[in-house]
Amino acid sequence: MEITRPTSLVEALEARAEDPGADLLAGGTDLMVEVNFGHSRPEHVIALRRIAELAQIDGNRIGAGVTWARLEKSDHRALAQLARTVGSPQIRAAGTIGGNIGTASPAGDGLPWLAAVEAEIEVTSKDRGVRRLPCSEFFTGVKRNALAPDEVITAAILPENVPTNQEFAKIGQRSAMVISTVSACVVRDDDGTVRVALGSVAPTPLRATRAEALIAENPDPSEAVLAEFVRTVSAEVSPITDHRSTESYRRHAAGVLARRLLERCLAR
Amino acid sequence: MTTSPVTRKRIRGGIGESPLRPDGIPKVTGNFAYASDLHAEGMLWAATLRSPHPRARITKLDTAPALAVGGVVAVLTQDDVPGRPGFGMHVPDQPVFAAGECNYWGEPIAVVAASDLETAKLGVAAIVVEYEVLEPLTDMEEADAADSQTRRMKIRRGDRTVSGAVSVEGYYEVGQQDQAPLGNEAGLAIPDGDGGVDLYAVSQWVHSDHWQIYPCLNLEPEQIRCHPVGMGGAFGSREDVSMHIHLCMLALRTGRPVKMMFDRAESFVGHVHRHPARMWYRHEADADGKLVKVEARLILDGGAYESSSNAVIANAAYFAMGPYLCDNVFIDSVAVKTNNPPAGAMRGFGGVQTAFGHEAQMDRLADELSIDRLEFRRRNALGQGDPMNSSGQIIEGSLPTAELIDELASMPIVEPLASDDPRHLPGGTGLTTNPDHVKRGMGYGVTIKNLAFSEAFDDYSDVRISLSPIGVEVYTAAAEVGQGMVTIIQQLAREVLKIEQVAVVWSDTNVIGSAGSTSASRQTQMTGGATYQCAVELRQQILDEFGGDDLSSEGVWRDGDLLVTLAEVCGGGAKEHEIRYRHPETFATDENGQGDPHPAFAVAAHRAVVDVDPELGLVRVVQLDTVQDVGKVLNPVAALGQIEGGALQGVGMAVLEELVVDKGVIKNPNFTDYLLPTFLDAPHIEVRFVEEPERWGPLGAKGIGEPPTISAGPAVYAAIQDAIGRHLHRVPVLPQHIVGSS
Ligand SMILES: Cc1cc2nc3c(=O)[nH]c(=O)nc-3n(C[C@H](O)[C@H](O)[C@H](O)COP(=O)(O)OP(=O)(O)OC[C@H]3O[C@@H](n4cnc5c(N)ncnc54)[C@H](O)[C@@H]3O)c2cc1C
Repeated sequence: MEITRPTSLVEALEARAEDPGADLLAGGTDLMVEVNFGHSRPEHVIALRRIAELAQIDGNRIGAGVTWARLEKSDHRALAQLARTVGSPQIRAAGTIGGNIGTASPAGDGLPWLAAVEAEIEVTSKDRGVRRLPCSEFFTGVKRNALAPDEVITAAILPENVPTNQEFAKIGQRSAMVISTVSACVVRDDDGTVRVALGSVAPTPLRATRAEALIAENPDPSEAVLAEFVRTVSAEVSPITDHRSTESYRRHAAGVLARRLLERCLAR
Repeated sequence: MTTSPVTRKRIRGGIGESPLRPDGIPKVTGNFAYASDLHAEGMLWAATLRSPHPRARITKLDTAPALAVGGVVAVLTQDDVPGRPGFGMHVPDQPVFAAGECNYWGEPIAVVAASDLETAKLGVAAIVVEYEVLEPLTDMEEADAADSQTRRMKIRRGDRTVSGAVSVEGYYEVGQQDQAPLGNEAGLAIPDGDGGVDLYAVSQWVHSDHWQIYPCLNLEPEQIRCHPVGMGGAFGSREDVSMHIHLCMLALRTGRPVKMMFDRAESFVGHVHRHPARMWYRHEADADGKLVKVEARLILDGGAYESSSNAVIANAAYFAMGPYLCDNVFIDSVAVKTNNPPAGAMRGFGGVQTAFGHEAQMDRLADELSIDRLEFRRRNALGQGDPMNSSGQIIEGSLPTAELIDELASMPIVEPLASDDPRHLPGGTGLTTNPDHVKRGMGYGVTIKNLAFSEAFDDYSDVRISLSPIGVEVYTAAAEVGQGMVTIIQQLAREVLKIEQVAVVWSDTNVIGSAGSTSASRQTQMTGGATYQCAVELRQQILDEFGGDDLSSEGVWRDGDLLVTLAEVCGGGAKEHEIRYRHPETFATDENGQGDPHPAFAVAAHRAVVDVDPELGLVRVVQLDTVQDVGKVLNPVAALGQIEGGALQGVGMAVLEELVVDKGVIKNPNFTDYLLPTFLDAPHIEVRFVEEPERWGPLGAKGIGEPPTISAGPAVYAAIQDAIGRHLHRVPVLPQHIVGSS
């Protein structure tokens, strides 16, 4: 196995352009699991950890190489909340937001937040330069994304004025160190409109747009509207039954969780 | 006043103290050699080809392509087994390799030895196998209907026509728990150059391995020596042979040391699990709250091979009712054989499953009678001198059930949490739950377990003590799996011989006789008992020889004067003594399950307090208060550790831990999805001991390993139901059960 250790983005992009088959390695907390299970046998690894520019947070730009340990202290309330739920301290010290985006797991805890704040995923290649894709275009399926073989995820770009009123929560059977069976993020703008995104209930992070519309019409929702909100969210998600949970539980819990987060936003 | 020229040193680390474990610091600093750390010059690595189907006929098996892989040294299959084709704890029904047919998902078909692990895996991948896939038998009821079983066991006691004023019926299911020891299976076999082999592999009982291995290898017993090794846990999963015969065969075939190490996924298929169960109960009581009759039907799924199913099902039946007096008992139980993963021993051994059933039944009866749930148990408490509810055996040893219940009732009840730290709420770090979403519940579990081996098994432990001027050596083949046997042996030897320097010499099957298994809560009583008795006899021999009245590290004393030094006592060598220690004889029961099958019993009582978020189905176990019948506390810290750890394993079983098996295939053979409790899932545990000495064993001590695992789960299960005000019929209790969705 060959390992390339670029120290700048330019070098990384060159290595990537030369060998588009190579595997990118950030914290390795997803990739090495694949290797250990024998699902992946990389022949060439490009390790990104030495690239300082990827590990920077600069205004509304969060570098792909920023770890969860750092994001736990983010000023974005829901980002800090979700970062705290990723794995254990060891995993958070190594795992990065770029790796989470790269893996594009339906259970990736960073994804509902990125979708709710309407972040764009910035990808860069040597030959074609920078592209920015909204989450709805970047995440294309279960563990599938729109990254081209010569590209590197360089950052998550946040819009100007991300609302400070935002809440994240995730359901797992265990109190910590657990993969989400349902996760949700609600962001509330000053004008009372909300954005609701859910994880683990569809192949890609899901925006509950009909539920959002309901709140846009009723920014100060009554109990009846809240009940309708729960039903709408439950109807919008398309979860599956697997060894972690059932379709009907996930559908039910998605609605309950979204309502609780909305109520927390409304109370602030 | 006369003064002796020599003064006696007070010894430290005797009974009642909690001396440091000799292996403690090496373990926490990473210097302890576990089986997975073993290494021998020139060793090969081995890997196993396992069946991808729960049931299939092997229509073609071609190992030649594997042998053609550079670095592969040997590939062995069932055709290469030199002796008896099968092995097993009780009956040798499990083939060394699947031969002709595979009977469970992950059953070994071939092993490959190669220069390194990666090459061995390439060799495994190169083996050509073709299967005719067959429909697996995976439903326990279907297996029962098809009479596919290892043992039926019935209890018929009393009069079936009597009935009580109130009657409750319930159906309960228990999912499949795994022992999930942190240290994976590993072993190293070293050929001795003379046709024999030394095996260093994980084991709870090296002699049982030995008895199973040598007939398969067609060797004389002395030609194979099974050595105790360092282990990171066991909980029953290492009673059965796993890689042992394969490793010996490879070492003998290649003439080189061969090492094997399971990874986590292989560990989950490479050892036996707890039996999943389905149980129907009818309990009847009179208006005064006395149990009148219990009827039950129990099915346990033993999977593809027998392992210890015949003993597990007996335990399930004997302990189907808990520690309660009842004279009319009718139980039909069966361990079925299916194409599911093989089940065998796990902490609690049959009694764990039924405890969920009988404790739920006791709650339902108490509610029906409008009697406090704990008071109802108190009224029916089984005690010393009573007939055991199942077998009718008169309980000769101690059994302070009523005392435990009283003690538990006296423990203060935890206050609702003042803090709204989300980590202490259901959902934990997931931040799902506000304090006002929470409903609190409380539940009890009072349970009974037999200690040591039952039903006429010749249960013994051999110990040899060697005393020399540099100290005491205790030779035993008992398995130290992390439970602290090493400390208990040292403490007992120190206590009797008054010599502080005690080393435990973990000995192979050629050096000393069997110590029996590190299971059934038995080693402190059995090997501890053997150590104590051996030390007492050796001390007496020495005192008799020199006419002394006391022994210590200085030598032999009489009337406070030193008569002879220890060096003189030993005469340039060592004083040795060896004994075989047995517990009171037990007997097989008759066709109605009546007789005297058990040497001793222990009870445990738990009170669980849980917080439940009913809308999301999330649970946090807040507190466990527990009282345990321990006979005598030999080492307070070790006793606490066993109880806290055992209780947490019960908590795991109640709310988290389950092997998800779909048509014979394990869906979660990893720690991502097989959910063990984390520190945040661990409740605060308050422990009290009740010390009523047992009639046998060292200083009246009882085994303490299994009881807390049995009673914690039912207490949590009851507390969850109390919180939501609804009956649930399955454990582990999952979020979807609580919210009532499918
Ligand atoms: C024990 C454990 C617990 C976990 N718990 C959680 C959890 O609670 N929630 C959660 O969401 N995840 C969890 N994970 C998964 C994992 O930690 C996260 O997804 C993490 O964010 C991955 O980041 P990484 O830097 O380690 O990625 P890596 O493993 O290095 O990479 C992951 C994938 O992304 C690609 N990649 C990485 N960086 C880039 C880049 N800059 N450009 C393009 N592609 C890239 C890699 O090629 C690879 O395919 C857990 C993992 C483990 C082992």
